[in-house]
Amino acid sequence: MNKGISVAGNDASQKQLGVSASDSNLHRTLHFLAENYIWIFLLLCITTFSFASPYFLTINNLGNVLTQGSFIGLLAVGMTLVMINGEIDLSVGAILALACALAIGLQESIGVWPAILVALLSGALLGFVNGALVALSGMHSFIVTLGGLIGIRGIVFIYTGEQALMVEDFSYTEYAEIYLGPVSITALIFFGFAALFQWLLSSTKHGREAYAIGDNIKSAHEAGIQVKRHKIINFVLCGLLAAMAGVLLSMRMGTAEPNAGKIWELWTIIAIVLGGTRLTGGFGSMWKTVGGVLTLAVLLNGLRLLNTPNYIELVVMGSVLILALVLDKLLASGNSN
Amino acid sequence: MNKVVLTAESMTKKFPGVIALNEVSFEIRAGEVHALMGENGAGKSTLMKVLSGIYNPDGGAIYYQGERVTFASPKEARDRGILLVHQELSLSPELTAAENIYLGAWPTNRFGVLQKRKMNEQAKAALDSLGCDFGPEVRVGSLSIAKQQMVEIARTLAFNATVVIFDEPTGTLTVTEKNQLFQVIRSLRERGVAIVYISHKMDEIFEITDRITVLRDGEVQGTVDTQDSSIGEITKKMIGRDLDQYFHRAQSTVGREVLKVSQLKKAGLFEDISFSVRAGEVVGIYGLIGAGRSEVAETLFGARQRSAGVVIFEGEEVAFSSPREAIEKGMALVPEDRKAQGLILGLGGRHNTTLPHLNRFSKLGIPNVKQELAVFNEYKEKLEIKTTGPEQLVGDLSGGNQQKFVLAKWLCADPKLIILDEPTRGIDVGSKSAIHQYIAELAERGLAVIVISSEMPEVIGVSHRILTMASGRLVGEFSGAEMTEQNLITAVSVLPKAS
Repeated sequence: MNKGISVAGNDASQKQLGVSASDSNLHRTLHFLAENYIWIFLLLCITTFSFASPYFLTINNLGNVLTQGSFIGLLAVGMTLVMINGEIDLSVGAILALACALAIGLQESIGVWPAILVALLSGALLGFVNGALVALSGMHSFIVTLGGLIGIRGIVFIYTGEQALMVEDFSYTEYAEIYLGPVSITALIFFGFAALFQWLLSSTKHGREAYAIGDNIKSAHEAGIQVKRHKIINFVLCGLLAAMAGVLLSMRMGTAEPNAGKIWELWTIIAIVLGGTRLTGGFGSMWKTVGGVLTLAVLLNGLRLLNTPNYIELVVMGSVLILALVLDKLLASGNSN
Repeated sequence: MNKVVLTAESMTKKFPGVIALNEVSFEIRAGEVHALMGENGAGKSTLMKVLSGIYNPDGGAIYYQGERVTFASPKEARDRGILLVHQELSLSPELTAAENIYLGAWPTNRFGVLQKRKMNEQAKAALDSLGCDFGPEVRVGSLSIAKQQMVEIARTLAFNATVVIFDEPTGTLTVTEKNQLFQVIRSLRERGVAIVYISHKMDEIFEITDRITVLRDGEVQGTVDTQDSSIGEITKKMIGRDLDQYFHRAQSTVGREVLKVSQLKKAGLFEDISFSVRAGEVVGIYGLIGAGRSEVAETLFGARQRSAGVVIFEGEEVAFSSPREAIEKGMALVPEDRKAQGLILGLGGRHNTTLPHLNRFSKLGIPNVKQELAVFNEYKEKLEIKTTGPEQLVGDLSGGNQQKFVLAKWLCADPKLIILDEPTRGIDVGSKSAIHQYIAELAERGLAVIVISSEMPEVIGVSHRILTMASGRLVGEFSGAEMTEQNLITAVSVLPKAS
């Protein structure tokens, strides 16, 4: 009975499809490359620096790049979720600093693992406050988390007494020295979370809802998706991952600087946008973010190996970001035509 | 006769300042296509939004299969089998067809992991039964509008809809796509689904529907069987009001030709537009929303670039590449959306009035405030603008007074041709009257005036000549006694022959 409604115009449209099949294969390949341009760009960067500096393409250095990129990477994994929702979280750098300070500062009184737990919970709690304010008050997340950025940094300064906290028992820093081949535990944790959250995005209800909300919040709401609850969960996850990055940083450094993670929220946004996830929401993936994070880490590392002065470095990074945005804009308008 | 599925009884819905629905009663039977007709703002969409749970009614009751129900959200209506196929499609372009079909009701296991295969299989069955040539895993953003619409319709199958509401479904479809859609609608009807079909297009209504209910100003004007009715009868029900008394048609003598447009075309928006306007003449352009009227105006004004055609303005062939050039040559456009395009709400009346012509009031880039104030006061008096002074923010004024500032702003440029796009939409009757009177004065002073309007009484009341537009084409020209509401609505309701 179902076949009964198959429509007359069908034959014609199928014929049309047949004609353009080879065309559309080429088109699809091009489309795929265009959507994943970040990986091509990353390869290009690696090739360039390999020729430019003899120190770049060594196992040791590449291992370092991964570790260095992982802190921004963990922030970016959480923020990608929030950004696919069409929101932003500027407070991640400050949450990282607070978690870092708590993990070190509390060790003496309550022990290492409880201190880490408290640090992680602080991130989740602040994420919850961010998310609840955004979802329930209707204020823009840019403003809410800008407040968080300033306020939480203030708490960090109060807690640390404007001093860097030092770890008492240096065996704490040995956790950071666990390596799998050249890959540090920090990098493994980053890749682990990136993979986990990519799976969350592509295969779970929560993950697909993230796209639906960022894409068309009205239709998502009308379809019965609990938009507010969803957004709060993502802010909590984002805060939790930022705290995780803070704990890992405290292990690596053995100290907690009150200024740790300053402007890292900006580098995080740059990495995500460079990867191709859109600030406007509804579009992106963890793979893109991983690509963006690695590209950023390679660029920074390569420029330093070449002894580029710091200000040139900033100019290069700025230009790369603008380039990525222009490219994205062109691709987006190309798609819609 | 089939049984009644859904009944609305004395539905009332109020918005600030408007009663959108006034005691509307309406019933839909299983296996019928029921048309809902009415002019813009008659209350059709409001009624459908109430029935599908998007709006909460202020009064009245809904009965679904004999049982009284209330829908707190679209989800509740959907769970009962009432689905709306939106005018602007409400899909998420980055999600797949299957994900869109089941949006908000995705099948998951108990850990919240999507059961994609199950979802895709079910979605495929729905898409196949509609004869779609794409699979459930295609990204919706990559589909044409017609195919996206099929995804929305597949949603109604997936949720086993008993009532499907189509809101202006053919607005963006080609003739072939429309025929496919109608075939789908007929097959839904055969399955016993109750269908509500909202449209402005008379020929479609008479092709596909079984019964017609006409709404006017939020009230039901009657329900008739389609086969016993006629376009004439329906039109009369839709209009059925006295011509307003506020109109002033200019008593001017028509002079030289100011604007001559031939074969103007903008690919995808409109084509084959030819007309002329003379000094002292008011030419109305009537058409439904989306007919391409505003786009023609914007193209003449240089805000959009034409694809083909010739425009002669003041005896000279012109091709404005920006509005600035058009303003310098003496053309003015008062846009439809005054908040977005016409005024800067955070500035005062003085600044808004002189903004496009600051060069004339400035020396070395510094505006002469005295001259600006003189101009401000002149128009404040002429247009009877109620404002506390030149610095009061126009954002704080009423809609009518804002619209007067938009007019003032363009008039002080001393244009030869002024195009007014929906000059009185959403403003009170008193301000409307003042603006109509002023339109007449402009023509009497020798300006050429084009008035674009969806309000028939207005366009008939102020124009010397009316052009009608539908689907991006001019479909008629009326003057003198031919300018009746009946003629206009007939002209725009009949789909132009596809070329």
